[in-house]
Amino acid sequence: MSTVCIKIDGKNFTVEKGSTILNACKSAGINIPTLCYLKDVSEEGVCGVCVVEVKGAKTLQRSCITEVKDGMEIFTNTPTVREARKMNLELALAHHNIECPTCERDGNCELQDIADRVNVKTVHFADVPSFYEKDVYSPVIRDPSKCIFCERCISVCDNIQSVSALAISQRGIRTYIGAPFTHLLTDTPCVNCGQCIMNCPTGALTERDDTNKVWDALSDPDKYVVVSTAPSIRASVGEIFGLPAGTFVRGKVATALKMMGFKKVFDTNFSADLTILEETHELIERIKKEENLPIMTSCCPAWIKFLEEYYPEFIQNVSSAKSPQGMMGAIVKSYFSQQISISPDKIFHVSIMPCTAKKSEAERRETWLRDFPDVDAVITTREFGRMIKQGGIDFVNLPDSEYDNPLGNYSGAGTIFGVTGGVMEAALRTAYDLFTGKELKNIEFKPLRNFEGIRVADVEIDGLNVRIAVANTLGKARELLEAIKSGKERIHFMEVMACPGGCIGEGGQLIPTNSDIISKRAQALYSDDERSKVRKSYQNPQINELYKNFLEKPGSEIAHKLLHTHYIKRHLWEKIGKSDF
Amino acid sequence: MICNADEGDPGAYMNRNEMESDPHMVIEGMIIGAYAIGANEGYIYIRAEYPLAIERLDRAISDARAYGLLGNNILGTDFSFDIHIARGAGAFVCGEETALIASMEGNTGRPRKRPPFPSQKGLWGKPTNINNVETWCNVASIIKNGADWFTRIGTEKSKGTKVFSLVGKVKRTGLVEVPLGTPVKTIVYDIGGGATDNKKVKAVQTGGPSGGCIPDSLFDTQVDYEHLADAGSIMGSGGIVVMDEDTCMVDTAKYFLEFAVEESCGKCTPCREGTYQMHRILEKITEGKGTNEDIVLLEKLANIIKLTALCRLGQTAPNPVLTTLRYFKDEYLAHVEDKRCPARVCRSLINYYIDPAACRGCTICSRNCPVEAIDGKPGYIHIIDQNKCIKCGTCMEVCNFSAIVKLSGESIDTPFAPIPINKGR
Repeated sequence: MSTVCIKIDGKNFTVEKGSTILNACKSAGINIPTLCYLKDVSEEGVCGVCVVEVKGAKTLQRSCITEVKDGMEIFTNTPTVREARKMNLELALAHHNIECPTCERDGNCELQDIADRVNVKTVHFADVPSFYEKDVYSPVIRDPSKCIFCERCISVCDNIQSVSALAISQRGIRTYIGAPFTHLLTDTPCVNCGQCIMNCPTGALTERDDTNKVWDALSDPDKYVVVSTAPSIRASVGEIFGLPAGTFVRGKVATALKMMGFKKVFDTNFSADLTILEETHELIERIKKEENLPIMTSCCPAWIKFLEEYYPEFIQNVSSAKSPQGMMGAIVKSYFSQQISISPDKIFHVSIMPCTAKKSEAERRETWLRDFPDVDAVITTREFGRMIKQGGIDFVNLPDSEYDNPLGNYSGAGTIFGVTGGVMEAALRTAYDLFTGKELKNIEFKPLRNFEGIRVADVEIDGLNVRIAVANTLGKARELLEAIKSGKERIHFMEVMACPGGCIGEGGQLIPTNSDIISKRAQALYSDDERSKVRKSYQNPQINELYKNFLEKPGSEIAHKLLHTHYIKRHLWEKIGKSDF
Repeated sequence: MICNADEGDPGAYMNRNEMESDPHMVIEGMIIGAYAIGANEGYIYIRAEYPLAIERLDRAISDARAYGLLGNNILGTDFSFDIHIARGAGAFVCGEETALIASMEGNTGRPRKRPPFPSQKGLWGKPTNINNVETWCNVASIIKNGADWFTRIGTEKSKGTKVFSLVGKVKRTGLVEVPLGTPVKTIVYDIGGGATDNKKVKAVQTGGPSGGCIPDSLFDTQVDYEHLADAGSIMGSGGIVVMDEDTCMVDTAKYFLEFAVEESCGKCTPCREGTYQMHRILEKITEGKGTNEDIVLLEKLANIIKLTALCRLGQTAPNPVLTTLRYFKDEYLAHVEDKRCPARVCRSLINYYIDPAACRGCTICSRNCPVEAIDGKPGYIHIIDQNKCIKCGTCMEVCNFSAIVKLSGESIDTPFAPIPINKGR
């Protein structure tokens, strides 16, 4: 490592060559406030808050994008620096719709935080009202009146997800960040992954709030309201109430939901096991016939939409098995409805997901059994947290309770669905045993248990070499698909989750979610798996009962009718016409 | 290699003239430059509003190709170079080199951080040399006559000549080429012939919309890069706008700033929000609603934008404000403290009156007033109803007896109702 000698506020420091002033100052114990900077994602230097004085420079330098040079003298706290930071922040605030008490990000807002750190107490400039309407027609809501033009959302959408649904329109004070040409997000290839929300420093990007829909159903005497919770919820929702990241709170979740008035609390982990059985059946069939390989996982709706839009040539490769949410919906409104003798239209099924894309998945008509949805409302971890607060529930001190039968049990394989690589690992545990008829002993696939963008490994199943690949983030999925397309990679089975780290890092989770928090949540799920007596989906007794009583066997006609779906080729940008150009 | 022909300053047209009158000069300069640095591809980025220049460049390029001066193996050597034309859609910021490159790549014309500089990583990530039309035009002459010939012209640090676009309230407007270091007064008085209508020249603004205003007291200033910077202005586009005593400097600052507000790309906070807020403060001041605190805030803000904007557009946008604050502070104070516009320009601060001693009762003013604000009848002294008057100035234009006066911060005695002219005298 080569180093350079610099002076920060009069003191000498030796720092790594090529590091930015921002990082150099950080290592010197000085935290420079930044509003737009996001390491490796957005390094454009637009906000003008992180400025410092550098001896010899005519203008103030942006510490986030300026590299240190040998002999550089940096001043981080001069009157000019303080005034510049304050003024640029005041300018941003003047064009920001300050409605903190009712804003979703109140108390968790980077703009608030920086304003505090820079000591802005008054905004000396006139209010600049937003020139644009709120975009409210997709699960991702964009409020331009709160946008501070940091462009992080664009960077994430472009550089991490390679979806490129967001763009800059117009210029100057009328600049619009959102769907191109000031269109709506629903007119773009937006996959609703919500990563823009996770990276927005303010409340300009939020999820569509569906909590009222759920409360209304709960107070409707004609509705039988059931709920199912995704694997990762148990590892993340506690953070809202101050519990350390990765605290396992499944029992408290069940208690809270019952307090709210849900008749049955089911576990999406159960339907994750079901997904594994259907998907593994498909996998084995396809490997035997050597057709439509690689088989691709179908549990992530953002990934599915991405594929339909950008890689429709791979549609036949995707497993036709519905996602765990979709399967839970179908089973609730068929098998469970029969069991309790309540007509499916009287059952209101709520799904608690870490994910904004699940809201749109539930709206996909081709997945519905009838002319009403199988999943009536999808709420994210954040919305669930708000409901707990609204319900006056003291979450931290809740006792544990159990999930309900017959859809509340799960294997360890079901729980790791929430982590990148988890679906693959879960599938392999079942596939190995079913394919070979032998019992797989070493069931933890360590090469899959990390957060690398793409992991490829070879697994031997009964003398057959199965090459597997796992990708997280859509940018990495794109890389992998391109490698497959060009023939560089020959894969049999491929898992994609659209968000960094999988569902535990999804767009409906707590803000902030960073790599450190993600690994703690992952650990919570892996520990849950370790604790489980049953760790293979096909050994889940409730699943076997379901097949015995209702579904016959994986891939049966009724299973196909209820648990499988199809995908649609989507045309990119068809709603944004030539007239816009 | 790129020739920057995105002449964005609406008041400057020297590049246009160069390309229209002698496109070969630009091309020759670029070929020599390409040969020197080993470039094989050249682009001329030109605004689409210059159709004639594009047509002539096109023709000159195909002629050069026909003569073997462009294309593969130029003049039988192993040197190959060709020039293409890229049309810009007219955004001012696309004259900034990184924004220009972004625009050529098909992206939104917005500047990006530097480093990397275009010479390191430019068009499509390749090292790129980018120079203005005028620079390329100089190349052939310098090669022909030698560097010594060129450096004899100009000053110690600013060599050669510069073409200026002399416009505004000056007798002889047009393009002038002078050695760098020529004093402002030579350009304004000797070449431009001074102000029109025998008025007094008050100031010049150099460098386009983001240049500074230099007062007549500093007309000894030499026009070169260093001295203009000392005076708070820039060489910029090479535009020189002459302003006479009827110009309000606060209004002028507002006018130029409006251009920056419109043309800001919107990328960085100081330029996007800051220029807009400066403009709002100036609006307030010209409407007579400004306070002394506004002037303080305006100056602070202008300095911060200069220090923290991402590109030169933003960094120079406050120049008209900063220089007028520096040289014409009294005008700002008159607007704020006395609610008076000394040049009688700012509409909110002026009033039109009919001088009872000069009015001949001809009715032409009341007949032409678009809002029927003038009361009177033939032979009577006319009166302007100040509540109805929209200060359009039509009455002043049509009056044949110079009876209309425009005042700011003062008034004259007029009768309450029209009275016969004889009685009034």
